[in-house]
Amino acid sequence: MSQKRDAAIVGIHEYPSRDVEGEISPLQMKAECAARALEDAGLTWADVDGIYDAGDGGGAMNGLTIAEYFGLKPTVINTTGVGGSSYEFHAAQAKRDIAAGKCKVALLTYGSTAHSNARAIGVGGRGAGSMHPAENMDAFAGQTLIANYAMVAKRHMFEYGTTSQQLAEISTATRYHAMRNPEAVQAMEDLEFLDIRETTIDDVVNSRMIADPLHLLECCMISDGGGAVVIASPEVARNCKKPPVWILGSGEATKYPENGGDITTSAAAQSGPIAFAEAGVTAAEMDIAMIYDSFSITVLALLEDLGFCKKGEGGAWVEGGKLRFDQSGGPALNTDGGGLSSNHPGMRGIFLLIEAARQLRGESTSQVATAKLAVAHGNGGMLGSRHAAGTIILGAD
Amino acid sequence: MSEVKKVATRPLPKAEEFDTKEFWAGTKDKEFRYQQCTDCNKVIFYPRRHCTGCTNGKLEWKVASGDATVYSYSVVRQSYHPFFRNLVPYAVAWIDLDEGPRILSNVIKVAAEDVEIGMKLKLEWEEHEELNIPLFSPR
Repeated sequence: MSQKRDAAIVGIHEYPSRDVEGEISPLQMKAECAARALEDAGLTWADVDGIYDAGDGGGAMNGLTIAEYFGLKPTVINTTGVGGSSYEFHAAQAKRDIAAGKCKVALLTYGSTAHSNARAIGVGGRGAGSMHPAENMDAFAGQTLIANYAMVAKRHMFEYGTTSQQLAEISTATRYHAMRNPEAVQAMEDLEFLDIRETTIDDVVNSRMIADPLHLLECCMISDGGGAVVIASPEVARNCKKPPVWILGSGEATKYPENGGDITTSAAAQSGPIAFAEAGVTAAEMDIAMIYDSFSITVLALLEDLGFCKKGEGGAWVEGGKLRFDQSGGPALNTDGGGLSSNHPGMRGIFLLIEAARQLRGESTSQVATAKLAVAHGNGGMLGSRHAAGTIILGAD
Repeated sequence: MSEVKKVATRPLPKAEEFDTKEFWAGTKDKEFRYQQCTDCNKVIFYPRRHCTGCTNGKLEWKVASGDATVYSYSVVRQSYHPFFRNLVPYAVAWIDLDEGPRILSNVIKVAAEDVEIGMKLKLEWEEHEELNIPLFSPR
């Protein structure tokens, strides 16, 4: 196999709390996570020569803010901001920068206090018109973020006969994993989830409708949260404390409304094949699928687009609980509990990389014994209109 | 001290936004304007200054008939927006005009639950001072 091993994840950290009660800022969270991730790798601040950051706290010149705040003199500064997929883009770009010799140790950081700020991300409606032409056309209609995704689900149901019961499989699988992850259980308690337990299909479809056809238990939480990932060259990775998790392939893409376009197909249909081809593997070989679960429909559409099954067959494909870590027939989905039940501060992309790395190191709370290959797919923006997609294929050493 | 109560209104577009100002100007005359390239024939919507189909295209403004079809929709049951929170449940939809443009709008004059994909629609104008808002109802 001509698989390249140009760069590896060598350090990870997820901020443990999802409700910081205003006691730590996003910038402070980034620094805390960065330090812990560097320790996890056996590296120090002085080793970092590339910074990759998105999220809150850095202002208009984020790259400059972060370098100074961390006290670094990096030679690569990357602040690509494409919402929830930013960190998959960062991982892809870090791999290229390391392969090109522009840096050896890339530090990815994220911090957000969306919960503490009481940002009504999902149901906030949309603001008045803006000087961005697309938003200036859309804002009057009152489309909430959840309704945007709901319109994908409606069209998916219309074209392919997908049911709410099938979509609920996504929610029950992620909750199953969340209940095994103490930090996820704590998160649900801190965010005042009612009746915290494993859920059934009936629980999901009988929960309150937020925007037809999406029910409450098909929608992600809004938490505080932060994380950091350290990506290093093979030479550095060989001397780190933990086994390297290799970045085998990457793909980046965008999608936006087009006259006559198909909203059931996402940008993953473009980024996925590029990433799998580079890695020389297929979706069917994936042990772990860390797929951005903003909503149930997001995962269903992305699984199809990534090639786990054909477009339109996702509903039948996810039936029977096969996405649970202890079941066969499909990859283990979002084994940390996902955005639905563990951590969603607005841009979840970094946690997809972190949990995929945990699995390939053997450190997950829902560990797949033979995990060798994982896909992390971030979707940023809005599935039903304009969004960016980053696909990262990871392999154990 | 009596508080002046401000009634929440629908968020309105900025009439002076560069790319879309011609569209919003047209709504004053209750015209649904869209662009088509005279070179490559591509329909452009939302409006732009340049053709996305060819690099030297000339865009021509046209007026749509207003006949349209629901491509997809959702019934919004929860919103914290000061205007829309009082409107729930309401139908938000991607709507395909017969001439090609797809627009995000609301389906009105029908119970939100009764909206369907494929439903045939006609244009309705919600009147405001500076411009009018294109909404749709079943035909």
